[in-house]
Order: sequence, then C-alpha cells, then structure tokens
Amino acid sequence: MADYLFTDSEWDFATVERTYKAIEEIALNDLKLDVYPNQIEIISSEQMLDAYSSIAMPLMYNHWSFGKTFAREEAMYRAGYSALAYEVVINSSPCISYLLEENTMTMQALVMAHAAFGHNHFFKNNYLFRQWTNAEGIMDYLAFAKKYIAACEERYGHDEVEAVLDSAHALMHQGVFRYRRPPRPSKEKLLEKRRRRAQYEESAYNELWRTLPSGVEPPAANPTTAIDEDFGGEVRLPEENLLYFIEKNSPTLKAWQRETLRIVRNLAQYFYPQRQLQVMNEGCATFVHYTIMNLMYDRGLITEGSWMEFMHSHTSVVFQPEFSDRRYHGFNPYALGYGMMNDIRRICENPTAEDRDWFPQFAGNGDWIGTLKDAWANYRDESFIEQFLSPKLMRDFRMFALYDKAEASTFKVSAIHNDDGYRRVRSNLARQYDVGTADPYIQVTGADLKGNRTLFLSHDMHRGVPLHNQTKELVLGHIERLWGHDVKLEERAA
Amino acid sequence: MTHFVDRRLNPKGKSLANRQRFLRRARAQIRDAVQKSLKDAAVADIGKERKIKISTKGTGEPRFRLDPKASGERDFVLPGNREFMPGDSIDKPKSGQGGGGKDASDSGEGEDDFEFTMTQDEILDIFFEDLELPNLVRTTLKETPNKKWQRAGITTAGSPTQINLLRTMRNSYGRRLALKRPTPKDVAELEEQLLAAEQETPVDGEKISALKERLARAIAKRKWVSFIDPIDVRFNSFTEQPVPTSQAVMFCLMDVSGSMGEREKDLAKRFYMLLHLFLKRRYKKVDVVFIRHTHDAQEVNEQEFFYSRQSGGTIVSTALEKMLEIQKARYATADWNIYAAQASDGYTQSGDARTCVEMLNQQIMPLCQYYAYIEILDEREMEVFASEDSGAELWRAYRTVASEWDNFATKRIAKPADIFPVFRELFKKAEGSHG
Repeated sequence: MADYLFTDSEWDFATVERTYKAIEEIALNDLKLDVYPNQIEIISSEQMLDAYSSIAMPLMYNHWSFGKTFAREEAMYRAGYSALAYEVVINSSPCISYLLEENTMTMQALVMAHAAFGHNHFFKNNYLFRQWTNAEGIMDYLAFAKKYIAACEERYGHDEVEAVLDSAHALMHQGVFRYRRPPRPSKEKLLEKRRRRAQYEESAYNELWRTLPSGVEPPAANPTTAIDEDFGGEVRLPEENLLYFIEKNSPTLKAWQRETLRIVRNLAQYFYPQRQLQVMNEGCATFVHYTIMNLMYDRGLITEGSWMEFMHSHTSVVFQPEFSDRRYHGFNPYALGYGMMNDIRRICENPTAEDRDWFPQFAGNGDWIGTLKDAWANYRDESFIEQFLSPKLMRDFRMFALYDKAEASTFKVSAIHNDDGYRRVRSNLARQYDVGTADPYIQVTGADLKGNRTLFLSHDMHRGVPLHNQTKELVLGHIERLWGHDVKLEERAA
Repeated sequence: MTHFVDRRLNPKGKSLANRQRFLRRARAQIRDAVQKSLKDAAVADIGKERKIKISTKGTGEPRFRLDPKASGERDFVLPGNREFMPGDSIDKPKSGQGGGGKDASDSGEGEDDFEFTMTQDEILDIFFEDLELPNLVRTTLKETPNKKWQRAGITTAGSPTQINLLRTMRNSYGRRLALKRPTPKDVAELEEQLLAAEQETPVDGEKISALKERLARAIAKRKWVSFIDPIDVRFNSFTEQPVPTSQAVMFCLMDVSGSMGEREKDLAKRFYMLLHLFLKRRYKKVDVVFIRHTHDAQEVNEQEFFYSRQSGGTIVSTALEKMLEIQKARYATADWNIYAAQASDGYTQSGDARTCVEMLNQQIMPLCQYYAYIEILDEREMEVFASEDSGAELWRAYRTVASEWDNFATKRIAKPADIFPVFRELFKKAEGSHG
C-alpha cells in the first residue's frame, strides 16, 4: 500500500498542506480543472458564524440585519438544531476558502476539494461569473464599502445610515441589471474614481460642518468637482434596475446616500449570478469533491475509515427528502446538481439506448471531463436543467409536475416521470430555476421630474400572479423614503 | 502559490458591532421579552444569560415577492411521486407552508418569532434601563466597604507596642559597628591595662596618661553613640484593607394579604431582584429568606412568596419577629451581612406600627447593614401622598426610624422607575468607598 496522507482524525498544518498538494495534483492533472490561486484560512466556529451571517463576505459593512442573522444562527447552532457549514468560499481572486477548525482531517480534505477546487473552478469558468462579477476587485471594493459606510455613520449618525441601508436592502433584488450588462469601469477608472472620492471626502471635511443642524449638507469644496456627475443623466425608461434609477434620479438623495445605494446595488449585482447558479455551483463542487476523494481512496492516499467518514458526510449532503417529508424544503441544490453531473458522466461512459436518443451530442463519447467542463462554463441552472436533465434522473427523483390555479382548491398533476411527461416536467423544473420569472418583474415606467415628482412603477404579472400585498406596502414605503415623493405601483397583466 | 492562513487568533467578536445594532433596532421587542422573562424568573436568576424570544416585527426585511396563493396560475415540480398519475388532483395544504405547495424560489420570507441568547450584561442593561439606574451605578456595583487590618511592611513611626525588635536591633548593631562604639569588653580591657601600668615600676607616666585618655574617650564614645538610637527603631505597619465579607443574607418581607395584587407583587419582585443583584456583586454567597405575613408570618419558598395568596388581617410586626427568630437561629452577625427588604401596601393593624418601630430601633437595625422599606401605591395614591410627610400610620412610623438610622431607607413606589431611589444611599456608599 502507498503511504496514507493521514491516518488520524486530528489535523495540523503540515498534514493539511500535504493533503492539499495531493488534491491539487488530482484536480489539475486528472480533472484538468482551471482555478484561481487558492488561499485557505482556518477559522473558529464563531468566525464561521460571523462569516455567513454577513452574507458570507468577510469584509461586510455593519448592519443590524447581519447581527440578527448571527443571533439566530448562533441560537440554532448552540441548541444543536443546525450544524455549521463546513466551509465558506468567496468568489475572489485569490479564491478564499474557510476551513472550520473543528473539522476532522477527512473533512478538511473534503472541504478543500469542494471549495478550493470545485467552487473555485466554477467561479473562474462559468460565463455568468466571468461576465458579471469582478473577482479581482471584490475584496478591495468591500473594504472601501465598509470604510465608507462607517465614515457615513460617524458623520451623519447611525440612524440616518441605517434608514438608507434598510431601504436599499429592501430593493436588492430589484437592484440588478438582468439583461444589459452593467457598465463596468476599468480598473484604472475605478481607482481614479475612488481617488477622487477620497479627495472629495478630504476636501469637504470640515469640523465646523458637524455642528450644523441635521439636514444641512456641507457644500463640496469645489462645486465643479463632479461628485454627482451621474446625477440627473438622461432618463431612460423603462428601467428595471430600481436602485440604479433612484440613485441617479431621486430628487432628494444626498451624495453620500447615492453612494450608499451604489454600494448595495453593486453587491446585489455581484450576488446575482450566484442566485442563478445555485444548482450548478453546488453540483460542480460536490461532484468534484466526490470524484477527488474517491480517486484518493483508489490510490491508497486515504484510509478506508476516512473514506467511510467522507461517504457518510457526502450522502447526507446530497440527501433529497420527498415532498411529503417534513424535512422537505424544495429541491436540494446539492442533490440535484450532483445527481445531474454524475448522470452526465454515466451517459458519457455507459449510455443506454434511451440516453443515446435523448443526448446524441455526447452520449457514449467517453469524455465526461470535457462534457462537464463545457456545461459548467456555458450554462446556468435554468438552461442546464433544460439541456441535461435525463429521463433516468427524473425517474430516480420520481419527479412530477403540478399545475396550480389560485382559485382552485386542488393542485392538478400535469405530468409525471413517464414518456409523455419527461419534457414537461423538465421544462417546468427549468422554469422554476429561472430567477427572471421567480422574481417579480418590476420596472420604473415614469417619473414626473418636472411636476409633482411622482415615481411610477409597474409590475408585469407573469401568469396573473400578483405581489404579496403586505410586503408590497412595506417595500413601497422604503421606495418612498428613498425617492422622497409619492410612488405609485401598477400591477398589470402581461 | 497557495497560502494557508491561521485566522483563529484574529480578534474575536467581529460581529459585535452588528449585534449592537440589532439590539438597538429591536429594543422595544427585546425589552418586552426581557421583562416577561424576568417576571417568570426567580429573584436569584437575574443576571444570568438567558434565551429571549422576540417577534420579528420591527426587524423584518421586506422584499417584493410573488403571492401565487392570491391569484394567477403556476407550474411547479416536486420530487418523490408515489402514486400520482397525470390528471390526478391533490388537495392543497390548508394553510401556512406545510406540504408541497411552496416552491423553493419564493421561500426565505415569512420568518416567525425567533429565539436567541442574550448575555448577562445585555439583560442587565435592559433591566437597569427600566429602573432608570444612573450610569455610574450601573458600572460600579462595587465591592463591600468591610475592612481588615493587614501587615503592610515596616515604618519608622508607630506605637511602642508595634516595635519590630529584630529590625530595630539589626539597625542598631549596624550603626554601632559603623561608628566603632566601644564594647564593655573594650572598656574593661583598657581599665585592666591602666591598672597594670599603674602597678608597673618604674611608673611610666606617659603611658598611663595615654591610657587614661583612651579610656576616657571610650567611655565618652559609649555615651554619645547610644546603644539604641531613635533612628534605629522600626515599627510593624498595618493598613486597612477592604475585604469582601463572603456571605450575606437577604430577608424579603412582604405583606401578602388580599390588598397586594399582581401589580404590587411584580413591583416588589423587581425591587428584590435589584437588591439581590447588588448583593450578588458584593458577596460570594447570598442567601435569600422569604417571609410573608398577614396577621401571622411564615417563612416560605419563592414560589409561594410571589404566587400564593392568603387572607387575613395585617400585622407587620409578626414578620419582624419571624425575621429575628430566623436570624438568631441561622445567621450569626459575625458571619453574615444582613440585609432586609420589606414591601407592603402600607396598611397594618392600628397600634402595630409602634411595635414595629420599637423592634426596629432596638433589635433589628443594630444587626442590619441595610434595611429598605417600600410602600407600593397606585398612581392615584401617589398623587394624594405627594408629600413625604403625609401617609398612613406605618409610613409615618417608619419615617421616624429613618431619621435615626442612616442605613434605613423608605420609599413609596408606583412604577418601576421609582425603585432605584430606595437604593441610592446604598449605591452611594459603595461608590464613596472607592472614590
């Protein structure tokens, strides 16, 4: 037998590093993954709670909602209702993965394979991430945001800043460009902008202004400094990015409030791809860790005990409760993603006649790595399911589609996992993962900027589904706060 | 290329800022919840970390979301089909989110109440806030003013009884050596030599006179280099050191006759809690004795004390007697600091007040560190008795006790914020001893 990388469940840095090297070799040579450089950080459970209560960003600005999440997670964790996530990984370059200090060595190996290679490869290669998020810049940007918000709190008071953040957070899902690409300033331009911003802060800072009654805005040192350069630009309608529109056109916001909205909007945009790639992202990471851990076992790098521990953990991660189960909370993205990717490998290697029928492009081509890498790079959840969900997997999951009409007292089973139903089940499921239809489609249709300044919004109802009434009122309140004048929302049938 | 970083030693409590913001945000709900939870808590449990359950009202994070239950139509897919065939109908789940009626994409909203743990400090902050404790007091629930003499090295001044002989003699010996004080032996030797020289023949006058002079000088030197000089003397020094007396007993006396209702008892409870908390900070061990009385006093457990009700008249002195009896039997003044807190609605049988005053003045107050009396009124009575001097019999009687004893406090209260002033003296003392 070859030498085991480790035989003990205790870990130390030397072992982690040795194991990382072994995993890296398999990931790069066998799976041919393409990853950002890795940075692996060991953290304590408190820090882990910290990390994921501020939406998994280590450098997040301060806001009460993160404290709330932390308090809840901590209570759940302490009461033993929920285990901590084994890992948190950040889409940045270098790609930062957090390992929990309590993990056993086997778990550390699993997590490194999962996060540092699975997620990392996906982050680097998927087209949505490539186009929409700037992995190099995110850490710098977060640091800037944190500092900026803190400075605002100091200068304008906690309550003022909190109010703007609350309202902005309420619109986070309406704060993204879904179809047109956001104008992405080059790094130099960004730096220049930041430098100017800092300069403005410096020049506009005057101890005296702090003594002014609230509501009086200190004038910029130099009125021609284009701090508000984007304000009042041409109004293009309709505009689906509410935060963007308000930031640019609100008649009442002050410069720092606009900047705060921009920060929230940029974060929303950064997270938008992740919302569309849940299944694929987790599937990819799970598939990669499964493959790597098994190769390590096959090559005698880890012990049988370690492999059993890994399998125990893996199977609980990919467990899919049935709809009638109390534990059911929708499809488990790990289970669905991993299931589909494993299935693709099977179709490449051992296709059945049915597979050849359904997937003539790649059934039996033997190149599962190439096929998967292509899928990881060029699809998102919706299109991935539409393209790759096989009849076999639908049978394995025993999927069935329901039709729901609000007025009816029953759901109608519209299709099940049989020859007549496969296509319908598949496209219904794919639709379910289309963030575009899952989120309400709200646009700015008009703003009476010269008159009474009413802001007009519209909700184009998809198949007659309206907005939830209570939350609608609450969110409209937030929009009014940001806009500073009346806001009217019209729901119209599409 | 790959970096491994050990972050475990990074400063803890990164989320503290967020937590504070959250507590501030949910202040109102948290305060209600804390108060409710303290109401059900034992007196001695104040100042422990505890779980708090609050509603998410005020800390909601609304987002636009779709409501497919209201109208419209949709399709969704579920796993785990067992017996359904196309065309089958399934009853919708009655309400809420149970069953399969909810698809993954619109979840994440609609959280209910949630529970989290608050630390002792956070709980106390809220408890104190309600009682309107001054900030200084909040932070200086200080150690006891009890003193003990403790050795504190050597000084040059002191009373003769505290002379440190060893040190004194050592200094003296050193000084004598340094100044070459002739010893008695030296003198005796000189005398011998002189005698021998005088008997010598022929008489050497020069030698004799030289010896005589040396002898005279030696004797003189012995005189002016004294055996013990005041500068040699050292004394043992002692200083006062505050020592926490390790234990205290707190007597809670309460009238439980029919006139004491829910509200009165709740106020009394907070009063006891605050006193307990205060004692807790000062003493390692705090015993609590609950004595309730109507026309007759009994020692009871906490549960009965606060929650059971008795009928009967009201004779306050019975409770005082009971307290003395228990104190004699179990809490010797040498070992225990005795605190008493009495709550009543101010009513007692006529004539009894005088008995109480006598007992207090002669027997109880000499034993007690502190005796606090609160009279619980309703807001209307509070206005009637606006002046400190007016009041029922017991109140007026107790006022005379208060004028004689510094450590006797009386106060009328009608709402939680009135409680703290009762303790003002108590806290002031604590601060003074450290200021």
